[in-house]
Amino acid sequence: MKKSFVRELLGRSDYAIIGEIVEPDTRVLDLGCGDGELLGWLAAKKGVDARGLELSGARVRQAIARGVSVHQGDINDGLADYPDLAFDYVILSQTLQETQRPRELLRDMLRVGRRAIVAFPNFGHWRVRSSMMFSGRAPRAPRFPYEWYDSPNIHVLTVLDFEELIALEKLVVERRFFLSGHRKIKVMPNLLAEEAVFLVRKP
Amino acid sequence: MIVEANTVRFDSLSLDGGARLAPVDVAYETYGRLNERKTNAILVLHAFSGDAHAAGISHETGKPGWWDNMIGPGKGFDTDRYFVICANVLGGCRGTTGPSSVSPDTGCPFAMSFPVITIGDMVRLQKMLIDWFGIGRLLAVTGGSMGGMQALKWAVDYPEQVVTAIPIASTTRHSAQQIAFNEVGRQAIMADPDWNGGNYYGKQPPARGLAVARMVGHITYMSDESMREKFGRRLRDKETFSFGFDVDFEVESYLRYRGSQFVNRFDANSYLYITKAMDYFDLTDGQGTLGAVLERARARFLVISFSSDWLYPSYQSQEMVRALRSRNRDVAYVELQSNYGHDSFLVDVAEQAELVRGFLASTFEKAQ
Repeated sequence: MKKSFVRELLGRSDYAIIGEIVEPDTRVLDLGCGDGELLGWLAAKKGVDARGLELSGARVRQAIARGVSVHQGDINDGLADYPDLAFDYVILSQTLQETQRPRELLRDMLRVGRRAIVAFPNFGHWRVRSSMMFSGRAPRAPRFPYEWYDSPNIHVLTVLDFEELIALEKLVVERRFFLSGHRKIKVMPNLLAEEAVFLVRKP
Repeated sequence: MIVEANTVRFDSLSLDGGARLAPVDVAYETYGRLNERKTNAILVLHAFSGDAHAAGISHETGKPGWWDNMIGPGKGFDTDRYFVICANVLGGCRGTTGPSSVSPDTGCPFAMSFPVITIGDMVRLQKMLIDWFGIGRLLAVTGGSMGGMQALKWAVDYPEQVVTAIPIASTTRHSAQQIAFNEVGRQAIMADPDWNGGNYYGKQPPARGLAVARMVGHITYMSDESMREKFGRRLRDKETFSFGFDVDFEVESYLRYRGSQFVNRFDANSYLYITKAMDYFDLTDGQGTLGAVLERARARFLVISFSSDWLYPSYQSQEMVRALRSRNRDVAYVELQSNYGHDSFLVDVAEQAELVRGFLASTFEKAQ
């Protein structure tokens, strides 16, 4: 079953994990949902009530054309329009490090949703560290491919950084997954995981 | 696809203003086939100067419908799958009862004795037509501009009957600027001596006033950029200025042509009544918040606006979307890039058609 997630979702391992986490027939909001691939899949396979927010008009068009209710807008404008606890899950995949106020966003996600699913590339991965160490330049790695001057990543973070924020916000981590490619990492995630997926909620 | 207009007569219609019309005729056209369970019907609602002839080639005039690029086999509103209905609005002059219709009391055209109507009245009459078809739920109500206002009204007045609502380049209420342009049009008509207090039927109609009203309208439907592209400062059939007040510029020629054409197909009093209905339109009717009104809706919404539309700017669509989101209603929204101004929903339809096709297909499949 897990393998079929991966195949169906074009190899996005974070999608596979999210597909595993989300319970059927729930209400899901995906922030920065792109062309609605994940939402379309969740709606078709899990019967979720899928909503999305996306900045790019072209991607919003693709999402709507595949039948997903996506709204064109900017995450940085906040989620104020959404009522409290409107969703069972609010997903933020590969976007946290690009947002202007990640801490406020996380709070807002847990205002409009019962649970937040946050997937992000780990800036603590050994490739990132060694890139910085040996090149002496802003690090580049498979998950951080940009030149410093055109990178959308303005708040890069490591697994430890995120765990610290969770503790600071007094949130509960229900599940955590660490990935390197499609492999799950069990030990030393901050060093070995390229990517992390957290399922968090308020206590 | 050759299509014919039909008319159905209803006994009476009560109006928001307190008056009652009896009887009331509705002109309509249909495209495609209604399925056995009657679950594939789409009501298309026309804009201010539109009519029931939305698609196909008119049997009578040989002309294509006003949204022929959106409605037909394989198009955005795919008539191979859906049954599409379009009716002329109440107050119109293209087959549905309006000020140019003969009053049963006097045997003369209503003219200004026609009661003032609202968008809500138009929708109530459409509901009678849909009931007459025996259709319990509409797969979609949709339209651009004033058609979008009707779609919104449908969604909140008959929530159980609307599966999806697709308001395009529209608003939940007319703004001061929109009212202002309509008022210029009305004043142009009423300033024409031929208007004669509305009593011009069988005589010379207020053609100059109506043409000027239409010229103003056309300017608001385009954008600065589309006018620059289409006309620029090009001169009409001449190399130098005439140093007079005949047509010099292409844009003057175009506006005069469109104005004079309009006079042949539109009734000046209908212009007054329908623009007034638009100006009165406020989905909240001044009662409570937009969110509270839209909360009544059960439909899935697809809201579309256009980047260069300055008559119905995107902020008006965004206001509607925000209100829907605040009540956790199912809504998709996108601003499409187009240079054609308000006319975009009629002329620049490739992306719009793609959105509508996918959105409808997913809803239709889920509902089956």
